[in-house]
Amino acid sequence: MFFTYLRRELRRRRKTAFVVASGLALGIALVIVVGSVSAGMGRAQDKVLESLYGLGTDMTVTKAAAPPGANDTGRGPRFEFDAKDSGDDQEQSSDRVLVQGFQTLASSTVAEVADQDGVADAVGGLSLQVLKVSGEFKRGEIEKAQPAQPAQPGGAGGGEGRVRGGGAAFGVDSFSVYGTDVTEPALGPLTSSRITAGRTFTEAETDAKVAVVDSAYAKEKKLGIGENITVSGTPYKVVGIATAESADAAANVYLPLAQAQTLADVKGKITTVYVRATDSQHIDDVKTAVRKNIPGTTVTTSADLAATVSGSLSTATDLAASVGKWLSVTVLAAAFLVAGLLTSSAVSRRVQEFGTLKALGWKSGRVTRQVVGEALANGLLGGALGIAVGVGCAYLVTAISPTLTAQLGGGGGGGGGAAATVTGPGGGMGGPLRQATGKAVDIALTAPVSLTTVGLAVALAVAGGLIAGGFGGWRASRLRPADALRRVA
Amino acid sequence: MYQLKGVTKRYRRGKDTIDALAGVDLTIEDGGRLVIQGPTGGGKSTLLQMLGGLDRPTTGSVELDGVDLAALPEARLTRVRAESIGFVFQSFNLIPTLTARENVETALVPLGLKAADRRERAAAALDSVGLGERLTHLPGEMSGGQQQRVAIARALVKRPKVLLADEPTGNLDESMRDEIMELLEGLWREHGLTFVMVTHDSALARRAPRLATIRKGRVTVTENAAAS
Ligand SMILES: Nc1ncnc2c1ncn2[C@@H]1O[C@H](COP(=O)(O)OP(=O)(O)OP(=O)(O)O)[C@@H](O)[C@H]1O
Ligand SMILES: [Mg+2]
Repeated sequence: MFFTYLRRELRRRRKTAFVVASGLALGIALVIVVGSVSAGMGRAQDKVLESLYGLGTDMTVTKAAAPPGANDTGRGPRFEFDAKDSGDDQEQSSDRVLVQGFQTLASSTVAEVADQDGVADAVGGLSLQVLKVSGEFKRGEIEKAQPAQPAQPGGAGGGEGRVRGGGAAFGVDSFSVYGTDVTEPALGPLTSSRITAGRTFTEAETDAKVAVVDSAYAKEKKLGIGENITVSGTPYKVVGIATAESADAAANVYLPLAQAQTLADVKGKITTVYVRATDSQHIDDVKTAVRKNIPGTTVTTSADLAATVSGSLSTATDLAASVGKWLSVTVLAAAFLVAGLLTSSAVSRRVQEFGTLKALGWKSGRVTRQVVGEALANGLLGGALGIAVGVGCAYLVTAISPTLTAQLGGGGGGGGGAAATVTGPGGGMGGPLRQATGKAVDIALTAPVSLTTVGLAVALAVAGGLIAGGFGGWRASRLRPADALRRVA
Repeated sequence: MYQLKGVTKRYRRGKDTIDALAGVDLTIEDGGRLVIQGPTGGGKSTLLQMLGGLDRPTTGSVELDGVDLAALPEARLTRVRAESIGFVFQSFNLIPTLTARENVETALVPLGLKAADRRERAAAALDSVGLGERLTHLPGEMSGGQQQRVAIARALVKRPKVLLADEPTGNLDESMRDEIMELLEGLWREHGLTFVMVTHDSALARRAPRLATIRKGRVTVTENAAAS
């Protein structure tokens, strides 16, 4: 009887059912859209982070920053050119291989980090910046001084700046090199790229003169598989072309770690340890452990890095987190309330009906169950409707894929391009080279609907139905059999 | 057998109190037939509610076969309503979304019968009130007289001891009224029910063997030997 009665009521009071259901549907659709867009933003953020340090990296360990000013001088590259007399047009050129950020850690740090509780895997890498400076140097020629333009963010295109000052006219060509641990191919920056031609390093190539080149850089420099790329006078055979999965590659050229160390003359040194935690829920504990047990290190987690992300992506993420959540909570609460009131008023209109059933000997609980059952069915109907609308909207967002820009703040993790600040009087120049402070990444927003989100929607539909049923059921439970004789207008 | 002793019912409406029943003593024999008559607001419906266990008196006792309905716990009172009492209302009180047969079945739901038994008995009950052909009709698709027949089938399908009817013909025109009255009297005789009916209709009242007139909550019973 329960189901017969339920079915008849839903079919013959379609309008009431539809009003209750569509209210709930609106709330649930909103939850799905906000949930999936938030997930999409999370994914977009992950992509941005991946472009910095590869898949599966939970945190990086770098050397703690030195106090400002203390190491600023004498660390920078020093190019030595002869300042020639006016009229001498001979071009001079020089390569400098610099450690990115000028801070290195001993290779043994990798093992120390790997020993910490909660660390699943740790791998070291060396980020280098190669500067090729070539030009003419004249004495006494004063032209409008003009600082070099910052290099292209990310260094994917290399950087080129022209400086005239103190009688010098020269070009700076820079590209980034990443020394990768070829025995650990599953972790580190190279994991964010796909090998699109040739092959990646073999585990035996720990000190081989081979290189994997980023596709954008290879295109620019017209490099192909089997050709040689010369870094600071050493030729490397290009064995593979890597294409970044996201907008930006971590480096222009990837070399075996030992080779990179030789180039920069930093044997046994690395810049960054890439760490994967055993449990992504306990990253903060691992961070604390590393900081405590390995002094002089800076630990940057994905979350730390995400905090430095700005631009339209983070604006949208904040919006989804605040307005979106707030809106869906409000709409849901309103929908629950409306569903409850509508159910309650529907019971009021059926006082005689429920009174009659009680007069016929129906237990109060049976009548209440019937009311709750109807409300629950309305809730599920609303849930189904809401899931359909919500999933539809989410697919629409994915189909449209609006583009968001992420601006990465300075000082984060391992990667980033270089901005050359060239200062110095006369022809002899020396100055600090700082890490990039800005890295912009364009990400297409998607709205993936996860099973969790759908599960949440179903749970909300049930909750909405139960709340509505609670209102109505409470009202129905208070009716007396004598209400069968009440005259209702 | 009903035995009412000193039954009062006091309704409160804001500051006012209304004594719908002001000390009613009444006995109704098993298989007896009582017609209740009186001016509007006299307390007829209130008395019927006491008899049917739909409400409890403010004071006094309503004994049905020695069991005081006034003092019975709610669950047992519900059971008494489900098993022993059939109620017919002036406005039929059918559930508008259920078919004739399903409406009749609602009376069998508290008895815990199997669905097949329920359906069979409901169909038989509808047949006995002349609606064997209308099992799947909705109340809205039937005339007032037919709806009241469905209600009567619903009241009697559980084979109760007592049939209580509150102005069962009040919403019907004259030809229907006679039809329904004939049906009710026939069923009363056939099933040996205790039958209590409220009516406004003095023609009906005159035909009753025993007439209770209720005025301002007080009952006077007149026996009409000629009628029976
Ligand atoms: N639930 C209630 N709350 C307050 N007062 C009530 C309630 N039910 C009935 N009354 C009052 O009790 C008195 C008796 O009512 P009752 O319905 O028994 O009269 P009745 O004889 O059946 O009248 P009618 O012929 O109009 O049906 C009336 O004054 C009525 O207003
Ligand atoms: Mg009445």
